[in-house]
Amino acid sequence: MGLRYLFGRVSIMLPVFIGVITVIFFMIRFAPGGPFDKEKIVPPEIMESLNAQYHLDQPLWKQYLIYLADLSRFDLGPSFKHANRTVNELIAEAFPVSLELGLWSLGWALLIGVLAGAMAALKPNSWLDYLPMSFSVLGICLPTFVIGPLLVLIFGLWMGVLPVAGWDSWQDRVLPSLTLGFAYAAFISRLMRGGLMEIRTQDFIRTARAKGLSEVQILFKHSLRGGILPVVSFLGPALAGLLTGALVTETIFNIPGLGRFFIESALNRDYTVVMGTSLLYFSILFVCNFVVDVLYVFLDPRVRYE
Amino acid sequence: MASSVPILAIRDLRAHFHTRRGIIKAVDGISFEIQKGETLAIVGESGSGKTVSQLSYLGLLPMPPLRIAGGQAFFHDTDLIKAGKDKLRAVRGDSISMIFQEPMTSLNPYLKIGTQLIEPLCLHRKLSKKEAWKVASESLEKVGIADAARTMHSYPHEFSGGMRQRVMIAMAITTKPEVLIADEPTTALDVTIQAQILELLGELKKETGMSIILITHDLGIVASVADKVLVMYGGKMMEEATAHELFSASSHPYTTALLKSTPRVDIPQEVLPVIGGSPPDLSKLSPGCPFYDRCALRLDACKETAPKPCSLSPSHRSFCHLETVQ
Repeated sequence: MGLRYLFGRVSIMLPVFIGVITVIFFMIRFAPGGPFDKEKIVPPEIMESLNAQYHLDQPLWKQYLIYLADLSRFDLGPSFKHANRTVNELIAEAFPVSLELGLWSLGWALLIGVLAGAMAALKPNSWLDYLPMSFSVLGICLPTFVIGPLLVLIFGLWMGVLPVAGWDSWQDRVLPSLTLGFAYAAFISRLMRGGLMEIRTQDFIRTARAKGLSEVQILFKHSLRGGILPVVSFLGPALAGLLTGALVTETIFNIPGLGRFFIESALNRDYTVVMGTSLLYFSILFVCNFVVDVLYVFLDPRVRYE
Repeated sequence: MASSVPILAIRDLRAHFHTRRGIIKAVDGISFEIQKGETLAIVGESGSGKTVSQLSYLGLLPMPPLRIAGGQAFFHDTDLIKAGKDKLRAVRGDSISMIFQEPMTSLNPYLKIGTQLIEPLCLHRKLSKKEAWKVASESLEKVGIADAARTMHSYPHEFSGGMRQRVMIAMAITTKPEVLIADEPTTALDVTIQAQILELLGELKKETGMSIILITHDLGIVASVADKVLVMYGGKMMEEATAHELFSASSHPYTTALLKSTPRVDIPQEVLPVIGGSPPDLSKLSPGCPFYDRCALRLDACKETAPKPCSLSPSHRSFCHLETVQ
């Protein structure tokens, strides 16, 4: 992979980034209502000074330019709803929590998903296949607000081995991340099985058998690298989704993560928070996909980026 | 040579696919023997069961749908049909090696050539990676790859089809197998490369004394390399003979038709003769001769009763009613 590719990849990001900013900025502004609509009736002078403080009295194009100027200094602006807090502060506080939860979940999802998928592909159409694949249907169908309380009931209340909520000790990480990661594990197990089944039909697997290798050796040495590629391409969007889409899980387990800001800010027309969280999501997606593309080079020697 | 003990003896092998459409008798009653240093060619059209006849007793086809319905496959004193999976794996890639038709896809694209080459040595000879790497490099040199050390560190996609087939051959001979099964090794290669690969196989045979089972539909190749020939059609044996007998005195109408439809440079021909009709549906075979529908010399008996083998010489047998009638 050449530096040129790297440079091209990064330089294409900037225009896309500005495009995303523009679309979100104007979309949220054109949506009916404003950030202070739900406030108690305030005297017009105070309203005026509020508007002035947040530049809402300026024409829209000027607000847009001000936002871009602030952003170029990595300043995401003040929150409209959380008084005296900046968006930078909110994200700095909540994102590490979501990041940790997301990484834990991704770990579970990969561990469970890859193992279950490999198990299913080792002996297709046997109970080794049917059992994990049935679980994966469950995992995809059951929403987190069912799985979460179910896990709490079993491990928290009946067995009493894990805490039911909170975010302090490492034990607190287990149930929320399992809850969040389960659907992803289910999806990954299907991708893994499909990828491996595809590889199994290749001529080089027959060659490996003709050499006398065992099925387990064939699976780990000859099939896994090619078979895991569909999972790898899913990792980018998966991680981005896990890092930002944890609202329900975070609510169930009372975790001070980022998820709530996504919903809250959109409902409250908290313009700057909407912008901040969306741009964060976009950046994560970009970085994750980039990492995935780099991983491809290491997994498949035929892949070259020019 | 015929009196010595064969290395590999297949007797009345029956390999059937059990599918939803019914039982497909891909291989039905095949027998052959191969001595040390011999080359046996198995000839037939696509779908005649040539490949299945070899892959089945080596356990290289998924079961189900494949079921071995009968027969024996003696490799020295071991019946491979009865041998367990582990025993079979110990034979595969060690004393019986294979090369395949598709050199472009038969090597793992994700692994270095060296990594793939040393596998049989590490597995069967229990060599360390370092020792195996050395033996494998020598093996590459033996098949005419000049820059062996660099090739070991390369990936398959960096090479042409002919080079990859050389790598496949190198991989098959690292363990000095007694039998090399070559499944249409030159079909996917262009003509000049074909000749090189066949020449290479001949040289290796001379050097190592291994036996070769060559699966092919190309009678030109048979003429140039085979000692013995087995002609298959519709999963059954049609004729078996030495190469000399087959080309000078073929007996079976199918063999004769096959020989006629092979282009010759020494005989001027306006139109190349073809065998009319198409190969039979193996799930709907009558008990008689599978070639019945397309045979120019068919008798009434051919439809209902399977022909018995008729010995024309100690090494020449034909499975045709015509021989018994005469």
